[in-house]
Amino acid sequence: MIVEDVLCPFCGCLCDDIKVEVEDDKIVGVKRACRLGSSKILGHERTKAPMVRVDGELVETTYEEAYDRTARILKGAKRPLLYGWCSTVCETHKKGILLAEEVGGVIDSTATVCHGPSIIGIEEKGLAGSTLGQIKNRADLIVFWGANPAEAHPRHTMRYSSNSSGMFTPEGRRGRKVIVVDVRETRTAKNADKFLLIRPGTDYEVISALRMIVADKGDLVPDYVAGVAKADLEEVAGIMKAAKFGALLFGLGMTHSRGRYKNVDNALSLVADLNGFTKFVVMAMRGHYNVAGFGQVSAWETGFPMSVDFSRGAPYFNPGETAACDLLARKEADAMMVVAADPASNFPRMTVEGMAEIPVIQIDPFPNPTTLLADVVIPSAVCGVEAEGTAYRMDGLSLRMKKVVDSPYPTDEEIIQNILDRVRRLGDDN
Amino acid sequence: MIIKGGFVYDPANGVYGEEMDISIEGGKVVEESRDGKEIDALGMLVMPGGVDAHAHIAGAKVNCGRIMRPEDGRRGIEPKTKLLRPQTGYTVPNCYAVGYRYARLGYTCAFEAATPILESRHTHEELEEIPIIDKGALTLFGNNWEVLECVRDGDLDKLAAFISWGLSASRGYGVKVVNPGGGEAWGFGGNVKGIDDPVPNFGVTPREIIRGLMKANEILRLPHSVHLHTNNLGKPGNYETTLATLKAVEDIAATRDRQVLHVTHMQFSAYGGTGWRDFESKAPEIADYFNSHAQFTMDMGQLIFGSATTMTADAPLEYGNARLLHAKWSNHDIELEESSGVVPLVYGRKMPINAIQWAIGLELALLTKNPWQVIMTTDHPNGGPFVNYPEVIALLMSRAKREEELASLHELASKRSSLPSIEREMDWNDIAIVTRAAPAKILGLPEKGHLGLGADGDVAIYDINPTDLDPSKDHSKVKEAFAKAKYTIKGGEVVVRDGEVVAVPQGRTYWVDASVPEDQAAKVKADLVEKFAKYYSIQMSNYMVQDAYVTHPRVVKAGVI
Repeated sequence: MIVEDVLCPFCGCLCDDIKVEVEDDKIVGVKRACRLGSSKILGHERTKAPMVRVDGELVETTYEEAYDRTARILKGAKRPLLYGWCSTVCETHKKGILLAEEVGGVIDSTATVCHGPSIIGIEEKGLAGSTLGQIKNRADLIVFWGANPAEAHPRHTMRYSSNSSGMFTPEGRRGRKVIVVDVRETRTAKNADKFLLIRPGTDYEVISALRMIVADKGDLVPDYVAGVAKADLEEVAGIMKAAKFGALLFGLGMTHSRGRYKNVDNALSLVADLNGFTKFVVMAMRGHYNVAGFGQVSAWETGFPMSVDFSRGAPYFNPGETAACDLLARKEADAMMVVAADPASNFPRMTVEGMAEIPVIQIDPFPNPTTLLADVVIPSAVCGVEAEGTAYRMDGLSLRMKKVVDSPYPTDEEIIQNILDRVRRLGDDN
Repeated sequence: MIIKGGFVYDPANGVYGEEMDISIEGGKVVEESRDGKEIDALGMLVMPGGVDAHAHIAGAKVNCGRIMRPEDGRRGIEPKTKLLRPQTGYTVPNCYAVGYRYARLGYTCAFEAATPILESRHTHEELEEIPIIDKGALTLFGNNWEVLECVRDGDLDKLAAFISWGLSASRGYGVKVVNPGGGEAWGFGGNVKGIDDPVPNFGVTPREIIRGLMKANEILRLPHSVHLHTNNLGKPGNYETTLATLKAVEDIAATRDRQVLHVTHMQFSAYGGTGWRDFESKAPEIADYFNSHAQFTMDMGQLIFGSATTMTADAPLEYGNARLLHAKWSNHDIELEESSGVVPLVYGRKMPINAIQWAIGLELALLTKNPWQVIMTTDHPNGGPFVNYPEVIALLMSRAKREEELASLHELASKRSSLPSIEREMDWNDIAIVTRAAPAKILGLPEKGHLGLGADGDVAIYDINPTDLDPSKDHSKVKEAFAKAKYTIKGGEVVVRDGEVVAVPQGRTYWVDASVPEDQAAKVKADLVEKFAKYYSIQMSNYMVQDAYVTHPRVVKAGVI
């Protein structure tokens, strides 16, 4: 049996045209997906059963015991941190936020070490964006800044950007210009019409120079900015102003170099400025398939998109104080639940050391380096393959993920609900 | 349940302040209730639950406002309780606050004013999280490529079939049209300048789009009329566009007992002047026109001083706002369908333009003689947040309050509007019309906005004795009482007591299922198959809002067959 139009639970492209071949409730083939997506849908090593750490070793246990242990840890903690959420569906996010409210914890998503600075930039300036289809149909200029979709979002260029075609872009790549700005010549850069090689940590200066040139104040720009010749900057600014519809698509190269959210703020301002001359949109190239979804759910439920602290009973949002890394670095968190993420691989060392000192609960279909630090491990069904639910694409479009095959594992949503029920019962007993 | 002894205002049923009992059972108003429950409303004001026909309360735009405005989220924070989720925000409250705050005002129903089909799933995700009230969403059609092509080809039956499909795909309630043609032009940074300015690449004019959608709306006999946000909204001199638009559709007749066109947040479309320097009110001209054209309705879009978050599918307007005010600017274009923008701003009493805008909303409501034609809104949160409805009620009921306010405003509010000379003060019956009876009638909700037999058991009880209190003098008491309902009853359940939420049932979501002939539906489907293959960035099979997103539906049937 072929299941059509399956959504891919890998990256922020959230491709929804995948064909999955199923035999005897097992996935035997995947078509149209990229290498990254295929490998996730086809599946790999799973955590077989719930585990708890006894005398330093993880030993298998029942789900009931794992839920009980988790509830006791969260309920007993003074400053529990509920982190992750990027590779699960919005239905799980809703339960997670409810659980954070219930235990007076802090809830944060992987955006905190990813596009968190982009969100703070948006809080400063707003975001002039569009859906990806608008770019596909109209954009005659694509600018990738600190983003390398050839490696990280393999189907992006074909489906949505450089190489896609649409109503006003029938010639696809031939009718478009592609500019890449990066600190090294990536595979994406090799496909560009113009590549700006900038020195690491100079995004802010380069964006500022472009803004000056766009605003006809180019005479104030020095001959070289961050190693880039002024003539090159003038050429890029000229291409931007001459475009009928430009799209600036930025990645972690911008958010994680010196300047961080200020870089994003400046890039958003550049796009706002360009709209005085032509049409321009801007978008963050979100990494995991539903990291954008957590921001959406958290915003409508708590008012804030990430790093929400419920210790006072009301949402309190102050990244820099209430983000996951802040709590761990200050050794403030005294328990951590990790859902559908792998902070042990991605967090700064100091914060991972913080994790090692506190009880860690992991809810995930797969073992990963966080498993090594976990005291309770609860395996779950793979969302988008074994469980349905909602996810938000990098452009904020919400789509429903399908369940393709049955799973012996409970869904993330069921797991969180079970923990929530037990936390509430413990509350009643007190 | 029996609500005993209140002064009941139920204008739809000709009840004007009579002391009478209201019985509710099984969620509906009935002749007699035997469940033994009693609510003592002696000496209090009893009205049907409030109905908001136009507010931006759910979906991508609203959440965009929340995300870009943490400073707004930090206002109005209330911690969780045993019963309630935490609340945040003033202009862009979180979902829970939306439900609780409406209920506290005695409102039991509110409609989200603008949702693109493609992003309706998101809208419904938020509507599902809004507790207590019933709700629905109006679907955007005014810049949709399929609409523009049907209008260009003059194929009204196909257009009707597309509307039917779009309402079903979005689980939407009615046809919303925002700056028709302008949203498409904004795809390349342009706009349309008036109703006869052709839309680039499509060869149709806003006049043709509005007429086509209105005719198709009437072919489908939809419960609600077309709901229009005019071209040139927010610009000085735009009253001419507004009047030209209305004149362009005078020949179209409604196929149901309701208006043929609802023009929304009229305050933003009733401006005179050639620019901001000679900006002035043209509300009297608009009201005059409505006084002789009973087939049209409007809502106020009243401005409230202080913080607002403007959000609209009129994206070029928002770009203009942001540049004018040096404000934060978000924009969101939706492939093949719409564009939109969000800009936070502050309305100042001493700002001449804002002061005149404030006067215009009140002029419209007070100069339009028939209260069934002009309903109360603030275009939440564009004119200001809906929690200020009690302030607007007090202003409509008291000339003294208006004079007090005018004295604190920039003097141009008095010079460039007719407000100082308006003597009219609305009475309780007028208020019951503009806040519940008329919005329900305009939306086409026969079980809302009144307390006749079979109506929904939605009742608001305010601690006001209308025989004692002179709202003209005691306007502060009016405002206070309307801000905290003594009781709000939703579907026969007490949800608010003494201004506090005491129960949190899940409301229903209205959507319209309009039937069309199969051959027309097939023509639309063929077009859409091609559009998904070539232009949309998702598959057609993943487009439609799934039932999982509307867990408590109230499906209203309409259509050709």
